Parts: sequence; structure tokens; C-alpha cells
Amino acid sequence: MWDRNQMAARAADELQDGWYVNLGIGIPTLVANYVGDKDITLQSENGMLGMGPFPFEGDEDPDLINAGKQTITELSRTAYFDSATSFGMIRGGKIAAAILGAMEVAENGDLANWMIPGKLVKGMGGAMDLVAGVGRVVVVMDHTNKYGDSKVLKACTLPLTGRGVVDRIITNLGVLDVVKGGLHIVECAEGVTENELRAATEATIV
Amino acid sequence: MKKIYESAEAALVGVLQDGMLIAAGGFGLCGIPELLLEGIKQAGTKELTFASNNAGVDDFGIGILLQTRQVKKMISSYVGENAEFMRQYLSGELELEFNPQGTLAERMRAGGCGIPGFYTKTGVGTVIADGKESKMFNGQEYILEEGIFADLSIVKAWKADDTGNLIFRKTARNFNPPAAMCGKICIAEVEEIVPRGALDPDMIHLPGIYVHRIVQGDHEKRIEQRTVRERA
Repeated sequence: MWDRNQMAARAADELQDGWYVNLGIGIPTLVANYVGDKDITLQSENGMLGMGPFPFEGDEDPDLINAGKQTITELSRTAYFDSATSFGMIRGGKIAAAILGAMEVAENGDLANWMIPGKLVKGMGGAMDLVAGVGRVVVVMDHTNKYGDSKVLKACTLPLTGRGVVDRIITNLGVLDVVKGGLHIVECAEGVTENELRAATEATIV
Repeated sequence: MKKIYESAEAALVGVLQDGMLIAAGGFGLCGIPELLLEGIKQAGTKELTFASNNAGVDDFGIGILLQTRQVKKMISSYVGENAEFMRQYLSGELELEFNPQGTLAERMRAGGCGIPGFYTKTGVGTVIADGKESKMFNGQEYILEEGIFADLSIVKAWKADDTGNLIFRKTARNFNPPAAMCGKICIAEVEEIVPRGALDPDMIHLPGIYVHRIVQGDHEKRIEQRTVRERA
């Protein structure tokens, strides 16, 4: 079974040299630590390409934050722009991939990651725009919830973020692709058998 | 025409009206028109609708106008950082219209460009599409979203010249240009007003045609999530 960092490292393998990429909050943020020598430009949807690491203490700049509202730094390649331009490049398909967290994913590629009815509703932020617009959507999440129920479903039960938008799912148990008729097992995590992966998955595996 | 005003309060005189739609710039607490929001609080204008990506925090940004019950409705993409907002929303005192972030930005930009509606893939197959016209283009479904035409825009920039040409700083630009564009009247608060000619014309982010009033002031510029790394 993979831990958070191993999942992030596996997700980093998805990224190709030269890509412009948007990373979501949570485990996806860790992916930046594993891109190695690849030339990857990170987009922050509040208006920045070329996002750098957190600043050293004392160097925080209130005018320089990421989409999670955290203080960050710029790089020599950095460009800034307004929110309409930022989502223009997202909607326009210029961002090669987004790596996002999820509450539920369905076998048809439906994604739910923005609200739970009856609970506090915070909003979708840029998630709906990202999944509708970027070239490839990779979901990184735990395979099951805290009650042990599968988050990889035949159909999502929560309100959708996007319909048929997910290309690949990376969980603590393995990697699955959304294909015609269901999900295809790409690989199992270290120490996980295919039977274990199937048993933890509600979705149809083809 | 003179665009420079002495204070945020002075810049707001004659433009505020109960029930108006205000487009505000900013992302989280970054690049928000904090002085103009305080001015609106002092003016006591009520029943306001705000098109703004976020609603501030309890004691800063639009949050201060929630405390005084001056806001009737928010059009936003994310409101997670504000307890008073949640309380008013869950008790039915405050209306909320969620817009995907890019749809909100484009609605403002479109309004400023005289475009009353546009089709987008964002939100297709979700609750966002409920009740909206949809149309197929090249075999893909899109939904119709409407431009925002605000009564007033309030924005924050880094520098202005006396003709209203604006320059923003780093990610504090965010929603400010589209918000500025979509209002009948736009007021910009800035950290520094410089004489015409002092800004490089090639480096202007928003031309002064969109900016009707300017005020210079001191900004708190609060940080929402202070994150740092260890020095090696």
C-alpha cells in the first residue's frame, strides 16, 4: 500500500517534460516534490505560471499567494495575469494536466469533490473549470473512506464537479484508467494484490 | 476630469445606493479593496449584492459588511473561510449564488466587453447547469452563462497615474481587472499615485478608461495562510 508521499511520487510520473500543470490542494500539492529533472511549469489559478516553493521566514509577501491562499515565491520563469486570463488558459485547453483530490470517482469518469449536501458548503472554487478544460485529469485519493467504503464507484452519490472528466485514478492501492465500460487496472501498489484492489473497488473493472 | 479623491469615503460619495450590485476584486484577502469596503461600511449602504470570488474573513474584507448586515447576496466561487457568512447563509438571511471561479471571472470580463452571454463547458452535467440553456458545438455540450453588468466596481491596484492607468503587483492582480471592467463606475484604491508619464505605457495592466475615481491609502494587506520553509 502506498502512503501519501508514494502516491504523490506515482502521480509525478504522469507528468511529461515541458508540461504546464495545475496541482490541487492536499496530496496533489506534494507532487511538486517529485518532478525531478522534468521541466514542469506549475500554474496557480489565481493568476500565476511558474509557482515557486514557500518563502523563507521573513520573506512572505501578502501579494504573492497560491490558490490555497498560502504564501509562495516566484521563479525566473514566472508570469502573472488576471483571473479571466488564467481561466482562459484552463478552459482553452492550454494546461496539459490537473492533479486533483476527490471524494468520489465513478467508472464513467464522473468526479465529485466539492460538496456534501447537508454539511457546510464552501464552494467549488476553480475545480469545475479545471476538470472541464485541462488536457488530462488525474485524481489522487485514498481508495476507501474512513468507514472502509469504496470511493471508486459505479455512480457518484455526491453532487458532481464534472461529468465524464477523469482520465486516471491513483489511490493508495493502485492505478486505474477510465476506459469504455468501466475501469482498467494499470498497476497495483506495492504489496497489494489485484484481488485486494478489486475487492476494495465498487466500480466495474474491465 | 479630475479622478483623484482624498479618501475612500470621499470617492464613494454619490455612487452608493441601497440594493446595488457591486463587483469587487481580490482573491482571498489578496488584492482586496480594503479601504473602499471600510468606506461602504461607514456609509451604511444596505441590501447589497457582491460579485466577488470570496467573502473575506469575519473581520476583514467583505466580512466586515456581513457583520453589519449590509449584504443581501453574494455571487462567489468559494466562501469557506468565514464563520459569520455560514451562519447568515444557513439561517436564510443571506443569499448565495455559487459560480465556478473561471465562469465568474469570465462573466465579469464579458460584462465589461459588452457581451451579455457566452457558452462554456464548465459545469455541464452538474447543478451549475440547472435551468441554463445548453447548446452543442462540434459534438460537445456547452451551457449559456450571462455577463455581469455591475452598478459599481471596487478594485485594488499597486500604482495608478492621475489618469487612472493601473499597474497591479504579483498575484494581487487576480479578479481586479475583470471586476473593474464590468462596472458602470469603477473606483480604484492604490498604494501610490504617480504623475502621468511616470508609468511605462507598455507596462499598463488596465487602461484608465475603465477607472473613474482613484484614491491612495495605506493598506494592511493581511496574509491568510502564512507558509514558510526552513532555511537550508
